[in-house]
Amino acid sequence: MSGRFVRLAEMDRKPLTFLVDGAPVDALEGDTLMVAILTSSRRLRDSEFGDGARSGFCLMAACQDCWVWTSDGDKLRACSTFARAGLEISRRAPEATWPNLP
Amino acid sequence: MTSPIRSDILIIGGGIMGCASAFFLRRRGISVNLLETDLVGRQASGTNFGNVRRQGRPLYQLPLANRSIAIWRQAQALLGTDIEYLQRGHMRVSYRNRPEIAGDMERYAAEAAQFDLDLEMISGNALRARFPFLGPEVLAASLSPDCGHANPRLTGPAFARAAERAGAGVHEMCKAVSAAKVGDDFLVTTQDGREFRAPILLITAGAWAKRFVEAFGETAPLTSRGPNMCVTEPLPYAIGPSIGVATPETMESVYFRQVERGNLVIGGSIQNPTFPDEYRVYVKPENSIGQWQQMQRLIPAIGKLNILRTWSGIESYLPDHQPVLGPSAAVSGLYYAFGFSGAGFQLGPGVGETMAELIGTGATDIDLTAYRIDRFSSE
Amino acid sequence: MAEPSIIVVGAGPAGFRAAQTLADAGLRPIVMDEARRAGGQIYRRQPEGFTRSHQDLYGTEANRARSVHDGFDALLPHIDYRSDTLVWHLSDGQAWTLGPDGHRSTPYDALLLCTGATDRVMPVKGWHHAGTYSLGAAQIALKAQACAIGSRVVFLGSGPLLYLVAAQYAKAGANVAAVLDTSPFSARIAALPNLLCQPAVLWNGIALTRDIKKAGIPVLYGVTPVEVVGNPETGVGSLRFRASDGTEQDIDCDAIGMGHHLRPEAQLADLARCDFAFEALTRQWLPVQDSDGRSSVDGVYLAGDGARISGARSAEVSGRLAALAVLKDLGFPVDSADLTHLRSAKARYGRFARGLAQAFPWPSEQAKALPDETIVCRCEAVTAGTLRETVREAGAREANRAKALSRVGMGRCQGRYCGLAAAEIIAAEAGVPLESVGRLRNAAPVKPIAIGTARTSGE
Ligand SMILES: Cc1cc2nc3c(=O)[nH]c(=O)nc-3n(C[C@H](O)[C@H](O)[C@H](O)COP(=O)(O)OP(=O)(O)OC[C@H]3O[C@@H](n4cnc5c(N)ncnc54)[C@H](O)[C@@H]3O)c2cc1C
Ligand code: FES
Repeated sequence: MSGRFVRLAEMDRKPLTFLVDGAPVDALEGDTLMVAILTSSRRLRDSEFGDGARSGFCLMAACQDCWVWTSDGDKLRACSTFARAGLEISRRAPEATWPNLP
Repeated sequence: MTSPIRSDILIIGGGIMGCASAFFLRRRGISVNLLETDLVGRQASGTNFGNVRRQGRPLYQLPLANRSIAIWRQAQALLGTDIEYLQRGHMRVSYRNRPEIAGDMERYAAEAAQFDLDLEMISGNALRARFPFLGPEVLAASLSPDCGHANPRLTGPAFARAAERAGAGVHEMCKAVSAAKVGDDFLVTTQDGREFRAPILLITAGAWAKRFVEAFGETAPLTSRGPNMCVTEPLPYAIGPSIGVATPETMESVYFRQVERGNLVIGGSIQNPTFPDEYRVYVKPENSIGQWQQMQRLIPAIGKLNILRTWSGIESYLPDHQPVLGPSAAVSGLYYAFGFSGAGFQLGPGVGETMAELIGTGATDIDLTAYRIDRFSSE
Repeated sequence: MAEPSIIVVGAGPAGFRAAQTLADAGLRPIVMDEARRAGGQIYRRQPEGFTRSHQDLYGTEANRARSVHDGFDALLPHIDYRSDTLVWHLSDGQAWTLGPDGHRSTPYDALLLCTGATDRVMPVKGWHHAGTYSLGAAQIALKAQACAIGSRVVFLGSGPLLYLVAAQYAKAGANVAAVLDTSPFSARIAALPNLLCQPAVLWNGIALTRDIKKAGIPVLYGVTPVEVVGNPETGVGSLRFRASDGTEQDIDCDAIGMGHHLRPEAQLADLARCDFAFEALTRQWLPVQDSDGRSSVDGVYLAGDGARISGARSAEVSGRLAALAVLKDLGFPVDSADLTHLRSAKARYGRFARGLAQAFPWPSEQAKALPDETIVCRCEAVTAGTLRETVREAGAREANRAKALSRVGMGRCQGRYCGLAAAEIIAAEAGVPLESVGRLRNAAPVKPIAIGTARTSGE
């Protein structure tokens, strides 16, 4: 699916790849996780209360509507964390983190 | 000055004790005015953890707690609003380095059975299988399947509004500044200059009760502290019972519950100093950090979760951790219900019904001996 | 006397100038900022590896941005700079931080809060759909990441940022579908006397509108938003609005940048127990301060947008002034000519800010008109209807009571984005003045922090 964000400049940066929900995503060095994810898809997370997809709101670490998970269950604020090669991100709570983890 | 506002009963303090008392008094047709400094249910009753537990209470408190639980179970129908009571259990766990606690829990379970409190002892593989998230330090657990938890922010106001609908006068932003007995009546003046009069006065002023007790020549060594609370972001609903650590160490004693929307409410560990005169209590960051460290002993995986908010509330404590409940020993027509020492939320509805019964009929089946005010007078 | 410990929170224009003023007096302030690089919101720096020039990024403000950046770099040897460091609580004269080395507490003799602002937003039905962003967000996407928030963007709201962001998008080659201003053009005329006290800034604003129109982007005034039409899966599809002539229109877009000017990030002032007072013009509660930025609490000072929204230029002035107040209170000599000069500059900016508030009024009447099904609190998905019910049925007439009963403002953002609108809804439903509804109390942590940050000993 096409992305939400549109790159307008600064496209000569070094490319990098990481995983989102198991699928590889191409990004550029210096991208926030949010930009890296939303340039190739339209959703960042789901509201817990059933009102649908969210894609962040403030981009300045204030609204907290952009948290995603790493494969080991840590949480990252997508608008204020840089994408890194090899990261494994999941947009839904990974099964293994809660509450089954010993 | 306008003439005094009269009723059969006057209540000072609109926490859960005052609101539930007003509600049950109205059900007996007794006229009530309730005075509250701020908004009802905003102090201890609105800031507490929300445990509705019988387990762990002294045995002689169980009849009162049982009376309460019967009301909790039908609260929604009774109050006409949902107070998010979930009867999904309450569990106490003990750590390996305190094996004696597991023994205490077993003894308690054997004795509590005669008060209809059924406790299930779980340990070893059975415990891990049912609660895989518990940390390796956890040795054994005592589960009370028919305890639960509720939303304190909703409960006090729900009793107050129901009492109001039933005809009680609920006066918010109305601080009682003096109380005295004049002839057969109690006369209470409020900060805004109003006068309230009634032949019976009930003091449910929580951590602020002492001045009224002393005004009537009695004494209670009441202190106040602020239990430490916080809440996590929401996550898939999975944990029914509220779970806490049984330990003599305040530092270690943390507890948590999950609300149906998914957040974990966490409480316990070191308490905060309070400023009751200003109606203020401030969470000390070092106490929050200590609490979060302890929570990771209880549930190692909880470290991943974000805390959204911390808070505390002003709770009244008595040295023997028992409330003052019942008639004054000095002044006829005067009644007390305060000093619940960190465990009054569950008791609130039962206290309300018991006080209404006591005031309405002159007697109650609940044995109030342990809660007499004059237990402190010899000290 | 041992050198006093002075903490400046925030490394934007206000915090930078405050720190510089303190360093000039021979002190070594501690500067804490949550961000990785100094600059604050407005002069936010792009990450390493990006190559656009200051001129590209900051336009007319390029020189100012450069002087803040270069000035901060030059200041580094003279301050104790702690970046990536969130101040999450204040207690007993100590700032509690979470930074790269974990939790830490730092005592202070003086605390300068230069915490900046976030967007002030009026909810619109459907604004929870993915693709709705704040105006500030739209700007950050462009400035810090060289991206547009969508392939067809509508800008909605009012305030100077509306035009600035739209013009920046147009210049960068983004597809801007329209600029919809909720304030009537006539308000701008009425505000002219105040705005004229900063002719250069006023002129910049006029030039922006001209650039937008030149780029062929429709600019509409006096607009009432009706609904962000969208889909829970795919997000924003269009914006429905009522034009000033009363006709209802739909405009296709996949992203909306919305906002109504800014609001101070005053959480720390609240945790420091500063008094707040209601400001009728902007319809919000603000920390009380004297002309130099002293709060009501001894040793706590306020500067920049975190105290009053009056822009980056003003922030540099109020940052300096607050630092002088600190110096004076600590017994250092302070040049009274400096004080006089800065005070009058600050007053001028204050007057201009009042002009802006008049020109771009917060559309409080929109809150009243929000349909019941509108989600007001995005974090907890609390609707206007639920909030109104708490007022009607449960008698909540005060912000914190309404929060306790309805959960409005109880979520992750701690009411930053819904608090002001929720207060309007409560006031309208209860039929009481906004002032009497009060303000949401702030609680620590200022932003969410993971339980695991509290490490047990031995780890
Ligand atoms: C943080 C916290 C966690 C807790 N967790 C639990 C738990 O999980 N389970 C449990 O069972 N218990 C718990 N408790 C204890 C429980 O909340 C209290 O025991 C109970 O709410 C006490 O109710 P109250 O009505 O006596 O006190 P309050 O709720 O404090 O009510 C007293 C009221 O009197 C009013 N007042 C005082 N002076 C005047 C005056 N002069 N005029 C008018 N009004 C006045 C006050 O404003 C206040 O509203 C906890 C307590 C706290 C603070
Ligand atoms: S988008 Fe608001 S915190 Fe990340």
